[in-house]
Amino acid sequence: MPDEIKSPPSPPPEGDPKPTADQTTVPGGVKATASGSVQSDPKSQAEKPVPSPSSPVPAKPATTAPAAPAKVAAPAKPAAPTPTPWDSPLVAKLRSSYGSGIEPLTYAGQNYMVVDRSLIPEILQVLRNQEQFDYCVDITAVHYPKREKQFDVLWILYSYARNERIRVTTQIRDGESIPSSVPIWTGANWLEREVYDMFGIKFDGHPDMKRILLPDGWKGHPLRKDYDILQQDNEWVQINLGIESGQ
Amino acid sequence: MTDQNSSLSHLDLETPEKPFLDANELVINMGPQHPATHGVLRVILRLDGEKVLGLECVIGYLHRGVEKIGEHRTYTMFNPYVDRMDYVAAVSNGLGYCETVEKLLNVEAPPRAQYVRVILTELNRIASHQLWLGTHALDIGAITPLFYTFRDREEILKIYEKYCGARLTTHAFRIGGLQYETYAGFEKDVKNFLDFFRPKIDEYEELLTTNRIWVERTKNVGNISAQDCIALGVTGPVLRASGVKWDLRKAQPYANYKNFDFDIPIGQNGDTYDRYLVRMAEMRQSVRIVQQAVYALPEGPIMAKVPKVMKPPVGEVYHSIEAPKGELGYFIVSDGSTQPYRVRVRPPSFVNLQALDVMCRGQLVADVIAVIGTLDIVLGEVDR
Repeated sequence: MPDEIKSPPSPPPEGDPKPTADQTTVPGGVKATASGSVQSDPKSQAEKPVPSPSSPVPAKPATTAPAAPAKVAAPAKPAAPTPTPWDSPLVAKLRSSYGSGIEPLTYAGQNYMVVDRSLIPEILQVLRNQEQFDYCVDITAVHYPKREKQFDVLWILYSYARNERIRVTTQIRDGESIPSSVPIWTGANWLEREVYDMFGIKFDGHPDMKRILLPDGWKGHPLRKDYDILQQDNEWVQINLGIESGQ
Repeated sequence: MTDQNSSLSHLDLETPEKPFLDANELVINMGPQHPATHGVLRVILRLDGEKVLGLECVIGYLHRGVEKIGEHRTYTMFNPYVDRMDYVAAVSNGLGYCETVEKLLNVEAPPRAQYVRVILTELNRIASHQLWLGTHALDIGAITPLFYTFRDREEILKIYEKYCGARLTTHAFRIGGLQYETYAGFEKDVKNFLDFFRPKIDEYEELLTTNRIWVERTKNVGNISAQDCIALGVTGPVLRASGVKWDLRKAQPYANYKNFDFDIPIGQNGDTYDRYLVRMAEMRQSVRIVQQAVYALPEGPIMAKVPKVMKPPVGEVYHSIEAPKGELGYFIVSDGSTQPYRVRVRPPSFVNLQALDVMCRGQLVADVIAVIGTLDIVLGEVDR
C-alpha cells in the first residue's frame, strides 16, 4: 500500500493538504542515509536538502545524481558526513596557547576538541576560568578495544554566559589514570566515580574514588567491551550448579 | 557482600584516636527501604542530636545496566528501555532519545509530529510535577494533596492510554516521528483536560501555599545558592529556584518550542518553598504551551522518511532536553552499524542528588526528608 504513493509525479508535497492517515508514507524531507534502503524513492527525494537544525553540517552531496529507478543496486550514495574542522574565536585563542595539542572539529553541528592527554587539567581549567564554561554537563568514556589508546574520555561542558556547549575528548591507554576535574567543577565527583565504576579509569586526586552504582566488592568494569554481558550468569551457574549455563 | 566499612570510610570510624561514637555524633542509616526516599536510596546520616552534620548517599540499588544493554540492541529496539529510566516521566525520556538518534540520522520529524510530541511531553511534565507534589507533600505530612494530584493525574494517563495503550511507560515516540496517528477525539480530550486542570492548580495552591505548617516546614529548608548549583551541575527547577533563569526549551530549543510563548518561572532564595512555587508555576506554563499547541495542531504526516534498518553514519552526538527533573542528555556514539556503539544517558536526578549533601548540612533530620522530596529524584534515573 505504501508503494502506490511512492511515485508522485509532482514534487514532494510540503505540508500536504491531504490529511493522510497513512503513517508510513510520505516524505518528511530527509537526507538519504548511508543505508541505501531508500533507493526506490522518488528521485526528488534525494535532492531535497533537509531543513536540518545543524546548519554547519557540510551540505554533503545531496545533489548526487538521482537514483535511476531501474537500478536495483544502491545508487551513488551521498558520502557519509564526517567531522570537519571547527574555527571560532575560542578555537583561535586556544590554538595560540596549545598549538597542535588540540584538534577542534565539528560534527552534526556540534563542536568538540580532541586534546592531548598531557593538556588535561590545564585546558579544562582554562575553559572554566577564562572561557566561562562553568557547567560540567557530563563526564563519560567510550572503550575502543582495538585501538592502542583504548579509552576516549570526554567532558561535555556548557557555558551559561555564552549559551554554548562543547565537548573535550582525550584518549588514554588501558591502565592509565587521568587527573580529576573535581577541583574545577564540584559536580564532577559522582560523574567520575561512575566512569571509574563502569570502565576502570582512575581519576587522580578524586576525594572519594570508589564504585558508585555497583556494590563495592564487584569485580570487573561492565561497560568495557571485553565484559561479556552473560559473564556473571554463566559464572554463577558454573560455580553454584556445576553445569553449563543454557544461555 | 558489600564491604560496609568502605562506604563509611570517610566518616572516620576506624581512626583509633576518635571514639567510635563520639558523645555528640551519631551515624544513622536511612536504608534503601524507606517510605520517603522515593525509591531505593540509602542515605547515611551523621547527626549531632537531630542536626545533620553530613550525609552520604549510597545508590545503585536499581542499577539495571541500561547503557550496556543499549550496546546490544538496535536503535529502535532500545527505545522502550529509555522509558524505564525516569519511569514517572517516560514520555520525556523517549523524546530525548528519539531526537538524539534523529540528529545522528539527520532527519527531522514532520510538523504535525512535533506538535503532538510537544503536547504529550508537556502533559507529561504536568503529570510528573503532580506526582512530585503529591509525594513531596506526603513526606512532609500533608496527606490530602496526594489524593488530589493522583486523581487529577489520571486524566492525563487516560489520554496516554487512549493514544498509545500504556499509562506510564508509554513508548510514545518513534525515531522520525510518531507511530500512531492521534485518536479521534484527542484534541477534544486535551482541551477538556486543560479546562478541567486550570482550577485544580489553584486548588493545590490553596491547600499549601499559604498554609502555615507548609511554610514553616519548607521556608529556608535546603537552601542552595546559584553558584553551588552551577558548580554541582544541578539543573531543572532546583536551579531555577535558586535564581538562574535558564531552561533548555528557551536556551537551546528542540522539538518546536520556538513556536510557543511561555515564561520561565524562577525563585530567589533557593529553598524548598521556592522550588515548590517554581514547579507550580511550571505546571501553569505547561498548560499554556499545551493550549497553544492543541489549537495550532496542523495536518500532515507524522513520520519522516527513515530507513527500516537504521544505520546512522559513524559519529557521535550529544543532545539534551529539559525533562521535568532537569537536563536529560543522551550521548550516542555510532559506529555505522545497526546497534549504537555507546549510549550514555546523562540523568538529571543523578547529578542533582549530589547536591543533597550541600543542602542538608545544618538542617534537622526531618528536613532531610523534605529536601529529598524537593529534589524530585527518581531512582530509576539515578541508577539506570
